[in-house]
Order: sequence, then structure tokens, then C-alpha cells
Amino acid sequence: MNALALKKGASKKSAYHLRAPVEEKEERHCLTVLVDNEPGVLARVIGLFSGRGYNIESLTVAETDHLGHRSRITVVTTGTPMVIEQIKAQLGRLVPVHDVHDLTVESAHVERELALVKVASQGNERVEALRLKDAFRARVVDSTLASFVFELTGSPEKIDAFIELMRPLGLVEVARTGVAAITRGAEGM
Amino acid sequence: MAKQMTGAEIVVRALKDQGVDVVFGYPGGAVLPIYDEIFKQNDIRHILVRHEQGATHMAEGYARSTGKPGVVLVTSGPGATNAVTGMTDALMDSIPMVVLTGQVPTFMIGNDAFQEADTVGITRPCTKHNWLVKDTDRLADTIHKAFHVATHGRPGPVLIDIPKDVQFARGTYTEPKDARTETYQPRTEGDADAIEAVVDLLEEAERPILYTGGGVINSGPQASRLLRELVAETGAPVTSTLMGLGAYPASGANWLGMLGMHGTYEANMAMHDCDLMVCIGARFDDRITGRTDAFSPMSRKVHIDIDPSSINKNIHVDIPIVGDVGRVLEVLLERWRARGSKTGDQSAWWSQIAAWKAVDCLRYQPSQKTIKPQHAIERLEALTRGMDRYVTTEVGQHQMWAAQFMGFDEPNRWMTSGGLGTMGYGLPASIGVQIAHPESLVVNVAGEASWLMVMQEMCTAVQYRLPVKQFILNNERLGMVRQWQELLHGERYSHSYSEALPDFVKLAEAFGCKGIHCNDPADLDEAIREMLAYDGPVIFDCLVEKHENCFPMIPSGKAHNEMLLGEASTEGAIDAGGAVLV
Repeated sequence: MNALALKKGASKKSAYHLRAPVEEKEERHCLTVLVDNEPGVLARVIGLFSGRGYNIESLTVAETDHLGHRSRITVVTTGTPMVIEQIKAQLGRLVPVHDVHDLTVESAHVERELALVKVASQGNERVEALRLKDAFRARVVDSTLASFVFELTGSPEKIDAFIELMRPLGLVEVARTGVAAITRGAEGM
Repeated sequence: MAKQMTGAEIVVRALKDQGVDVVFGYPGGAVLPIYDEIFKQNDIRHILVRHEQGATHMAEGYARSTGKPGVVLVTSGPGATNAVTGMTDALMDSIPMVVLTGQVPTFMIGNDAFQEADTVGITRPCTKHNWLVKDTDRLADTIHKAFHVATHGRPGPVLIDIPKDVQFARGTYTEPKDARTETYQPRTEGDADAIEAVVDLLEEAERPILYTGGGVINSGPQASRLLRELVAETGAPVTSTLMGLGAYPASGANWLGMLGMHGTYEANMAMHDCDLMVCIGARFDDRITGRTDAFSPMSRKVHIDIDPSSINKNIHVDIPIVGDVGRVLEVLLERWRARGSKTGDQSAWWSQIAAWKAVDCLRYQPSQKTIKPQHAIERLEALTRGMDRYVTTEVGQHQMWAAQFMGFDEPNRWMTSGGLGTMGYGLPASIGVQIAHPESLVVNVAGEASWLMVMQEMCTAVQYRLPVKQFILNNERLGMVRQWQELLHGERYSHSYSEALPDFVKLAEAFGCKGIHCNDPADLDEAIREMLAYDGPVIFDCLVEKHENCFPMIPSGKAHNEMLLGEASTEGAIDAGGAVLV
């Protein structure tokens, strides 16, 4: 094919490897990265993704070990298997990174996300929103006569589904935390 | 009671404890306290450069020729931003370097203070790691850790940003042995089973090739020695990247020459046709592989590299081994000898290689009238071979010709900007090399365009009486750009011609060194001898053929076995697919 017609970012490997973007299947992977909570560590991780053209679908970070100053970054990314391996290797060689785990391939795991969903409506729509809230086991964390703020936790798909249902019922805005993930079973990482 | 001292004292003390004997730097407001401490001592020599980029390339030249990290000291803001090119260069070529930058005082950071820049932000992608030190008590520990990170695993540049108030404040000195380096310990031992599998493959192979790179040199002289033993044991042919020249001697019987875009025909054909490729400390860079989906289709591939992210990045390999090249080769040889291994029958392979060699790919049209650049380098090689010699280069055609026509029998003797391709590298690098090796011959093979980029560093050479020889192949053009415009852009030579060049002999006189001009092939040997005999820095203006192209060449987007040789038609050699590539 004519390489000049290729879209930007179509070549996933070396500049000499010209191929169509559909040729290798992209996969979604959930990575957990344990890092020293030092200044700039998040910028290093994000800079790596943007600098090398990798995708970030979701990213969460917080210090999980206050005494050891360790933070846990959960990043959901997409890429071909070769790109995913590169992402893990590139993350692993950052100096403040202690451990990189690919939960998608390493073990069964749970992924959860929290969303705050603001809905403003009256009458039947308001009642329907409340009914769906119960079906999704969401909670009301703020209400006025004209609005609700729902708090919902669950898998990203569940939250997507809830937001879609709220759209015709007066959806105003959404705040999402991004995915936090942990392995199932007794073993820690 | 631990020792208390000022931050500036800590910096100088930590550098001494790290065994630093020379610092390349340029003073400014935000590093004055450190310069005050440097003034008060004589253990560390400070080399005053003329531009911070020069300091970083000098540190690279020093590091590449000694194996020790190069140290740079510059001020905040523009001092730091000027050092960015050299740090990026060192990152691409895996050169250990420690850069100390001054910063505005901590209480002014973020206020757009005079000469303030977000140095750690700017240099985050062009260093292996960097630190902003806000507490004098942490300063010594951070400096020791920085040296550890720069020199362990895959080497690279690190930066420490030190605000001026941290330099003035008093704090506790931490000894190197007490520094916290345990969190960064890259793996050096290769997987034993994988090494055993490589022995199996080497026993079976009938068409093996060893493809070596800068990792062999970075691993230390021991690794080059072991490589030579491995070649002697297996009888395999050896090729190398630009960065790895000298690890296996160019005079060795199994040497095929450099591979890649301007590598030899025999090296590239052997890479394409081999049945076993053992990549040792190289990274399948795009200059090496050409078109990746046509890269060495019949071979099984082994990759030894200390950096896990180099594995399977461009080329999928069958046996990856993460570890230090020297350690892996040591174990590999141990297993090879313990098993009493022998290689398969390579006689057909070697006769094929002899046929490729007979093509004589580096052949060029000699001339009695003008100096051919290849001829100039051949004469330089002939007249300096066997001397205690170090060679640096700038970037472009002259660099490739130097790689093709000069032979290196030892590691750490060849300093060139490979990954980043930094024009302006060679002159300061030659100064850094000469500082480390004051008695040796140091030649910078240059092009006039590259050389002009940092020519102010001639002042540094003159100030410190460094007899560096600047061997400039002057074609009055950006030769490699011109070559690509000829091949790719219909001979439209857009801005690749320098209309105004200085008189290099007068320039040399202005700098206070010696200038030599040569434009007649008959005078060349005598002029080179004059350059070598002169006890001081020389600018040699060698006027060469203006339209010479660098061959052989793998055109962009083509495979190894589609090389262009010197007399080949170059019309339409690069198709639309290749044209988008660099």
C-alpha cells in the first residue's frame, strides 16, 4: 500500500514497519504499577505514554502505603500484544517504579470505578431515575427538589450503562474516578 | 556525629568521593556557591566551556573513552536548556553522564524568576532520571544515587537540579556507602536455560552471524575480550553497529565491517541470509534493520541486552536474554567449553561471504584532480593506524565514510553520535577525549557544516592547550542532506548549500591555533603529516569533491538484500513508502 496514505500513528513499531492499523488486534489491559511517591512520578508515567504514543483509557493514582511512601497507579490501556509488552517494559525501567503487574493476563481480578452522576428532572422522569438508581444499587448523596446526585460503584461497563439510562432522564454531568483494580483470592501482589 | 557542611561543600565533596577528576561547566548566578567551592580546591579540575551544549558533548567524549561517567555543571534556565541536546544524545547512545544544574532558590520556584526554567520538567524525557533537591540534608544522598543510576543497568544521563538556597544552607553529608541505592538494581545475570539454548543453536548453526553493538563497549573491556573469545571458539562472522566499532577488531579475520544503511554489502547480505543471528548489546534500530518485515527472514534470533524494553521492540526474537553482555558472554563461553561444543559446517557460508566481499562495495572512483572524501579518510587512516589514536566525528556523510574506511582494533576508541545524530558533537567530544587522554592523538573527522555548529569550543581547546586535530572534509554543502535531495527530491537542493563559509585557516589563526588548507590530492599526505606533527590544536580544511554520494546504501523502506552500490542507478531507488521515512 502507499505509505504516504497511511494515517498518523498507523505504524506501531519501527518507522520502517509500514502496515495497516487493522492488521494486529488491539487488546485492553489493566496494569497496576507500584511506585515511590516522589515528586514528578506521575508526570514520568504519563510522559512515557504520551511520548511513545501509547493510549491511556483510564488512570487512577493514590498513595496506598503512607509509611513506605508508595503509590499505586492503575492504568487501563489498549494496544497490540507487542505494544502492551513494550509498555510494561518501559514502565518497569523507570527508576521510581518498583513493580508492574498486568492484571489482565496474570490473574483473575476485579475492576471497580466510582461515579457521581447529576440528574435534573421533574415528574415521571424524576421517579424513573430513582427507580433505576435502586436497580443499579446507586445511592443518593445530594438532592434538591429539582435534582439528584447519585453515587455509583461498579465495573466501567455498569457505570456506562447507568449513564446511558440517565441521559434521557435529565443527565447534567458525570464525574468518574477511573478504574481501581485488585486480584481475586488470598494472595497479594 | 555526622559531618555538617554547606550544600555547595557537599556537592564538591560528593564528586570527590565519587572519584570525579574533571568537571565540564559554565558558571552563572544560580551555581555561584558551587563555583566558589571549586575555586578553593585542586582535586577536581574544571574545564570552562564556551556553550553548555559543548560541556555535555565533552562529558560524553570523556565518558565514552574512559568508561567513567562524564560530569557537567551548568547554571539554571538557559544553562540547563542548552544542555538538553547533549543529554538527549547521551540517552540515545547510553552514555553515563551526571549533570548538575543550579536553580533559583526554592522560595522563588514557580514565580518566573530570572533565569528560572522547569529544568526537571524539561529534562524528564531526556534523562534516565532526574531530581530536584529541596533539602540540603538529602543532597549528598541524591548525588551518590545519581552516579549509581547513571552507571548501572543501561547507562544514561541523569540530572540533579540544586536551588541556590540549598547550596548555601548547611546540612549533613552522607557517605557513598550509606546512600540509598538498593531500590535501583537492574538485573545483570542472564537466564541460565536461555544461555544453554544459545549454545545448542550455535552448535547447529551453519550460517551464524554475531551482530554486536554499543552494549559490548558499555559493558567494559572484559566484554570485548569475551566477544573475541566467542568468535575464536565459534568461528562465526562478526558485524557491528556504528556504536559498537572496536569491540571486535577491524583487523580480525572474522570481521565483516559495519552493517546497516551505509554498512558493507557483505555484512548486510550475511544478516539477511543467516540461519542464526546473535545480537549482542544492540537494539535493532531502524538504521540497522531496513524494512522490518523483510529483515533476516530465515534466521533464528538471539538478543542479549541489559534493557528489557529493547527486547521485541522492533524485531521479534526467539531467545531473549536480559543481562549484562559481559556476564552473559562469560557464562555462555563457560557452558560452551564445558560441553566441548563445536559449530556446524560453516564452509559454504564462508565461501558465500567471500563472494559478497569480492563485490568490493566500498569501491569509489579515484581522482587526480579533486580530493575524494573517501580517499582523504583512507589516507588519514593509513597515516595514523597503529598510533595511540582516538577518533570522534560529527554527523553526516563524513561520519559514515569514517566508519567505513577507518579501522578500530580496541573499544572506546571511536566516539560518534549514533542514535540522535547530533551535528556539532565531534569537536567538543574530541576535547573531552583529549582531557582524559592528554598524550594520545585525538582526531575529529568533521564536515564543515557540523563543525561550525559549536566551533566556539576551539577557544576551550586553545585555553587548555589540547592538541585536538579537526579534520574537516569541506564540500561546502550539507552532504547527506544533498544526497537525500538528489535521491528523493528530484535534485532540488533546497538550502543544503553554504554560500558563506569562513576561511578556515584564518579562523584557526583567529582562535590562536594552526590552520592547514589542502585541495590537491598530491599534497594530502604531506598536509596530514604536518597536522599530526604539530604540537597543538589544528583546523585542517580539506576541500573535497562536492557531489560525492555515500555508498553502499540501503534505501529507505528497503530490505538488506536491496542495497544500492556505488555505480547503481539511483533514479527511483526510494519509492513513496520509503519517502516518508527519515
